[in-house]
Amino acid sequence: MASPLLSRPAVQRIAAPLAVGALMLLAWQAVCIWLDVPPYLVPTPSAIARTLVEDWALLSGSLWVTLRITMLAFALAVVLGTAAAFVFVQSRLIEASLFPYAILLQVTPVVAIAPLIIIWVKEPTLALVICATMVAIFPIISNTVLGLRSVNPGLLNLFRINRATRWDTLRRLRIPSALPYFFGGLRISCGLALIGAVVAEFVAGTGGTGAGLAYQILQAGFALNIPRLFAALVLITVTGVLLFGAMVVLSRLALSHWHESELA
Amino acid sequence: MFADPRDTRAFEAPILFANQVEKTYPNGTVALERVKLSIRPGEFVSLLGPSGCGKSTLLKLFAGLEAPSAGHLRWWGEGTLPGARPAAADGARRTLAMVFQEATLMPWANVADNVRLPLDLARMPREQANERMRRALALVGLAQFGQVYPRELSGGMQMRVSIARALATEPDLLLMDEPFGALDEFTRNRLDADLRALWAERGLTVVFVTHSIYEAVYLSSRVVVMAARPGRVIADVAIDGPAVRDEAYRVSPEFMQHCARLSALLAQANTGVAPADPA
Repeated sequence: MASPLLSRPAVQRIAAPLAVGALMLLAWQAVCIWLDVPPYLVPTPSAIARTLVEDWALLSGSLWVTLRITMLAFALAVVLGTAAAFVFVQSRLIEASLFPYAILLQVTPVVAIAPLIIIWVKEPTLALVICATMVAIFPIISNTVLGLRSVNPGLLNLFRINRATRWDTLRRLRIPSALPYFFGGLRISCGLALIGAVVAEFVAGTGGTGAGLAYQILQAGFALNIPRLFAALVLITVTGVLLFGAMVVLSRLALSHWHESELA
Repeated sequence: MFADPRDTRAFEAPILFANQVEKTYPNGTVALERVKLSIRPGEFVSLLGPSGCGKSTLLKLFAGLEAPSAGHLRWWGEGTLPGARPAAADGARRTLAMVFQEATLMPWANVADNVRLPLDLARMPREQANERMRRALALVGLAQFGQVYPRELSGGMQMRVSIARALATEPDLLLMDEPFGALDEFTRNRLDADLRALWAERGLTVVFVTHSIYEAVYLSSRVVVMAARPGRVIADVAIDGPAVRDEAYRVSPEFMQHCARLSALLAQANTGVAPADPA
């Protein structure tokens, strides 16, 4: 029989995954020590942690560069994606004409077009932001379009009977109906913005002051400084998780009073 | 707010007049065949028939949500929808409200905002709209529930909110499309009783779609019986029951007689065999 502590939702949602993570790190550490694995193959978690602290000045600068590109790209994807979605739902013709090109954007691998964009756009930060935006924008467009179209037909009839203007129907009906879908899009898109930023950095390979985490990974790889490579990797992962968590909180704040997905 | 010149109503011009109205869908299905019908002020008219008889389609035409394929409709003697134009020349308000099969509430808005929606859409001043909203909620017995969200209410209570939303507009014509069809029988009977009382008290004009003979007889002053394939009107029956209809009316011989007569009419339309006259 389960103890009351283990059946608490807070324990299940937070403590349980943390415990699993701690156990896995312990196992990793133990295996590395027992089998005497050299640090240039697989460093121990403690070595990675030490590198994080010792190289913090270098890594935090890179983290900031990557984070800045990610946030700019994410913001751009949200603004442009939402705007595109509003344009698409204005008429079936507009959607039919433009949506295939949005899909084109989605299916083209960013690795394949990043070199072109980096050649065309002189400013390196802007080039990277454009690449990451292209990766992150599609879920925003497709989810918001789906949301704006997923209006209860009965409510639409109610608005028609009451002579609602197009603006009223958008403001009071379509936008609230679309919000759950929009927030779903945000969750997918924030992770993609980070992936887009890292992939674009890999392709760009810019050095010097503007070096992001991907550059640190490349450099650490060349220098066989594997603990630093892992440290950079950890920072990217933690950033992604925190971004996702922020979107979950945002979604809960916006929808918790009514939408099924956010009910406790 | 509702004048009650009940006795002169039979001689008043119809609120709604459908002349040889037909509805054919693009795939060739004839949903309605030459329907001629008028609704006079203060009537409670039920459209009764089996699935596919076009009763919901007819209500959509009445609400202006669809246009007839042939024939024409007149609302208050005019060929345009109520609300499509400013107040009538004689200063009378002419509003139409509809209650759907589902409660059709906005889940993101609380009960008060849901009920006030039609008034907000009509740009009614906030104070006046709030007053109307409170009165409508009180009428359906939900005065204390303004701040509650729809998901926290039972199906029957959600339907009451939906009715309050229609009543808040103080409609001159209230269209109801099987509003209680999804509810259990006890809730349905109670809401029927409440609706009938509201109708009597407020002097409403109601067109009510249902496939329940009992519900139609209990509620209506007139029952329009419809048949399917193609959808058409086969009888127009006055229900001269008592003005006040309580639970005793539901089991009275008079009630049973009306039910038997409507039942026979429906059976005849669907089998083509004339039954023995129950009267």
